[in-house]
Order: sequence, then C-alpha cells, then structure tokens
Amino acid sequence: MRIGRAPDGDPDFVSGCSPIPVGVPGGDHGWMTASSGRPVLCRRPGRASGGGVALGIAEHLRVRVTAVRAVFVALAFLGGFGVALYSVFWIVLPVAPDSGHGRVTTVLEHVVGAAAVVAAIVTVAYTAPLGGLFAPMLLAGIGGALLWRQATETDRERWRRLSRTSLSARGTDRIGRLRVVVGATLVVAGGVLVLARSDTSAIRDGLPAVVVTAVGFALLTGPWWMRTATELASERNERIRAQERAEIAAQLHDSVLQTLALIQRNADSPREVARLARGQERELRGLLYGSAEAGGQFGGALRGVAAEVEDAYAVTVEVVAVGDTALDGDLAAAVRAAREALVNAARHSRVTNVALYSEVENDAVSVFVRDRGVGFDLDAVADDRQGVRGSIIDRVERHGGTARIRSEVGVGTEVAITMPRARP
Amino acid sequence: MTTRIVLVDDHAMFRAGVRAELGARVTVVGEAGTPATAIATIRATTPDVVLLDAHMPDGGGLAVLEALGAQPRPRFLALSVSDAAEDVIALIRAGARGYVTKTISADDLAAAVDRIADGDAVFSPRLAGFVLDAFRDSPAARPTDPERDPDLDALTPRERQVMRLLARGYAYKEIAAELFISVKTVETHASNVLRKLQLSSRHQLTRWAADRRML
Repeated sequence: MRIGRAPDGDPDFVSGCSPIPVGVPGGDHGWMTASSGRPVLCRRPGRASGGGVALGIAEHLRVRVTAVRAVFVALAFLGGFGVALYSVFWIVLPVAPDSGHGRVTTVLEHVVGAAAVVAAIVTVAYTAPLGGLFAPMLLAGIGGALLWRQATETDRERWRRLSRTSLSARGTDRIGRLRVVVGATLVVAGGVLVLARSDTSAIRDGLPAVVVTAVGFALLTGPWWMRTATELASERNERIRAQERAEIAAQLHDSVLQTLALIQRNADSPREVARLARGQERELRGLLYGSAEAGGQFGGALRGVAAEVEDAYAVTVEVVAVGDTALDGDLAAAVRAAREALVNAARHSRVTNVALYSEVENDAVSVFVRDRGVGFDLDAVADDRQGVRGSIIDRVERHGGTARIRSEVGVGTEVAITMPRARP
Repeated sequence: MTTRIVLVDDHAMFRAGVRAELGARVTVVGEAGTPATAIATIRATTPDVVLLDAHMPDGGGLAVLEALGAQPRPRFLALSVSDAAEDVIALIRAGARGYVTKTISADDLAAAVDRIADGDAVFSPRLAGFVLDAFRDSPAARPTDPERDPDLDALTPRERQVMRLLARGYAYKEIAAELFISVKTVETHASNVLRKLQLSSRHQLTRWAADRRML
C-alpha cells in the first residue's frame, strides 16, 4: 500500500473521516483543518499495526508514515514524551469511519496501550529530572483524558460550559468566580507544599522545564481539544437536523401526498378539489407556522369550528384572532353561535369566502362573522323562524351576551357576537 | 398612465398568474426571481410599485428591502403565503407599505397596488389583526422612557377602530361609511398606523412577533 502524496483518484486514499468538513474559516493553522482537500486528521486503526495514529497523521500531512513513527520513537526517548503524545493522540483523535474494526482486537489494544503507558511512566519516574513530579502529572493528564472519553455528550457539554464561564466569569457568575479562586488557591498551596518538602535547588532547575513542557503540551494539543468539541457539537446538530427532516418527510407523505392523490381522483369536481386543497393548506399551515395550540383555549376552539365548516361546506374561512383566553361555558356558547353564523354564511351567502374575526379584551370577547354574499332582508325573516334566532341570538343571550345581525341585500351579512368575560 | 410595477417572486408560475390577472390595469416593467436580480431590475426600471414575495431563497423580500436602503426607491407591497407574524412585521419594519396574502383576489390586488402607488398603506385583515395584537396592552402598563416618543407606542382609539374594521374584512369605503368619516381620513389613519408600526421603538413589538410562534 502506498502512503504519502495523494494521487488523484487513488481509491485506496481515504478522503476524510468526518462527515462534516470542520475547519476554522480564515484560520492560519491550515495544517489541522480539512480545507484544500487534505484528508482530515483522524486515527486509522484498520490498516495500521498500532492505534493508527501515525498513519492518520502521515496521511494528513502527506508524509511517509515511517517518518512519523520515527518522530514518535525519538520523542519517546525524551523522557517518554513520545509515548505520552501518542497516547493523547490515540484518545483524542476520532476514528475514521471507514477503517473497520482494526487489526488489533480491542482487548489487546487496551493491554498493549496500558503496558506502554506504565512502562513510560516508570521510565520517566526513574530517569528524568523531577521524574517524581512528572509521572503523577502524566497520570493525572491521562486520567482526565480517559474521563473525557468515557463521559457522555451531555457531561462534556456541561464541562465545556463550566470551564468557559469560569475563565470569562461575569460579575454575576458567583460559582464560576468561586471555582477560579479555589482552584488558584489549591495550585499555589500545592506549589508551596512541594517547595517546602523537597530540595529547592532541584525545583529551581526542574520547574521551568515542567512549565515549558506543560505550555508546549497545551499549545500542541489545545487545537485538537477545540476541534473535538466542535466536531461533537456539529455532529449533534446534524443528528437533530436529520431527525427534523425525517419528521417533515413523514408528515408530507401522510398528508400532502395523500391529498394530491385524492385531488387527482376528484379532478372533475372543482368543489371537492377546493375543499381538499383548503383542508390540506390548513394542515400544512398548522405544521409550519402553527403554535402548539393549547386545548381549551378560545382561539383554538374558534379555529376548530372554522375548520369544520370549511370541510363541510367547501368554503374558505379567513380567521383573524386577536388575543386569547381560556374557554369557559359562556365562551363555548359564543363559539357555537359563531359556528352557526359560519354555517349560515356558507349555505346561504353564495360566496366561498367568509371572514371570522375575534378579539379578546379585558371585559368582553367579540366575534364577527362576515360575508360579502347576497345578503337578506332582516324584516322578511319571520320572527318565529329557528335558525338565526334560536341558534345564534337566543343562545348568546342566555349566556349574558349580545348578538347583532346586519344584512343588506346584495352587500352581505355580518353577525356580531359579544360575550362579557367572567371576572376571575 | 397605469402604475408601473415590478414582480418579485421566485415562482415563475405565480408571476405569470399575477401578470395575467392584473392585465391592463398595470404595466409590468420587470420581473425577478431572486433578491439579487430584483435589486438590479428595480434599479434599472425605477417602477412605481414592487410586488415583493416575502419568501425567496437568499434572504427573501427582506434582503431586497435592506439592500435598497433609504435611497429614493419605489413603494413595496409584500405578498406572502406565510402566516408568521415575525415575517410580516419584519417586512413592514424594513419599509414595505403593505402586506397581503397570496390568496388575494385580482381586483383586490389591483386596488392594493393603486393604493400603494398613491402612497397609502395596505392592511390585509391579518396584518390588521397583528397590529391590534401587538399594540394590545394598555398604554399605562408601559414603562415611561423619556427617549421614546409615546405617541408612536400606542394606537389612538380611532386608529384602533379602523384596524378592527379592517380585521373584520371591511374595505376602506365601508369603514368610512361605518365611522362617518371620509375615505381620505381612513387612509390617513391607516398610514399613521403603518408609520407607528415601522418607527415604534417599543421593544414588545419585535419580541411579540418572535414569541408568537411559541404561544
């Protein structure tokens, strides 16, 4: 297998391990971004003898994998730094999705890894200056990395948030400030303890080295930590988006496609087509712009009866509702009266558009149903005729409200219903 | 001379439909399907009125309104299939003189175009409902802020009446008859409400529009 420069069209050459290209726009550390078609930095255990770290880095930097391995080995002799670096890479780098399960089985992988780490720590502890200090630090670092790796996404998100708030703590973030103070105190106390108990001259020699190493380590790995964080976040976003897409697709399939099929079969009946289209439009609007309508609300009940009338009589009811309130017995009567008014308009006005306007005010609720249809002569309607009188006016008046009907032949009809609001 | 208009909508079929429906009542001097071509077309043809679709790729009608800025420009009538208050309010705040839904009849649309060309405001029943909803709380409940113009933050009783009748589906002429005022006065009230909608600094307005989805 060839490793190294990426020949165009080489099927063996992996193009990237992240489904989402993550890069820092305009960032100057291009060697770790996914731009310019480089393979994304990730572990490729499938084709490597170890964890695939060297292979991943080699592919990313387009150098020979042997060179990368040589660098790691060379660093390993510098106080075991290479081993530590390799371990950290192993833990932090994401695995390429196409790399399969790997040549090394998971158990063996862990045993070898653990043995290497222990050996490195022991070596460092006995050989390096200040080894006694370095080994615990390394252990702590690895422990932290392991914790991070085992943690759930929610935990990581919380830690990230906490660490952000503590470093840029506002005046209001008391816990964050407290953490900074306590942390700083502990660090200083630990330093004092170490200084007090050990040979000062060794500290003087060793401390700068440790500090330099730590800073270097942070500089080296910091971007990877950030990168991991970004990748996790974008992965989660992608998952949420996919879920939403699936939901919308299901909804469209259940409703829109079914309705379109029905419309094709009813193509010879304009009335039916209009009814189907209007019903579907209402449903889609509810899905796209709809507020999660709480049950038992006045506005929701009005929209409900408007939808019923639309479905039953193939008309369009334009609903404009201002304000909303909980539905009680009186308001339910107003809604039923409004339904009767809508039905009358749908049946007798000979137009297909009806306007429904409702407004909830502090002391009363008003509903207006208006059509621009043929209208009728109010005086010509006998008093004893049911319909308008019984179903609208009497019903509203029984609940303490008023209903007024205005109609003019050739202009249209408007029913105005006013219901006083019950004092809470 | 008829009103010169530009149609901006990403659906060619809708543009063709509007063009056919309005017929000789207006002169269509240009069409555009994207905000970018719309901006170029409007600059090149300097129409009287632009029929602007709220929802298009690349920023929608809002992008067109914002790109043309405060320079001398045509008057805009926003068209939308959306019922979302935040979309409508955003377009009005960006300078559109009116808003109607795409289901509007050809006659009503032609009347609305003429009204916009004359510098008046066009309120669909739904927009009138939004206005009443947004300016609903009583003036006394608002905090007093010397920086703000209190007149912009509340509707007068008369303006409220006009908005209510608009929301009930009344035409300007019918409102005038109902309130015993002239059509010109109704137009003035509507223009004043539009100005308040555009200039009011009341923070509730934008928040109200954004919150409406989550009610």
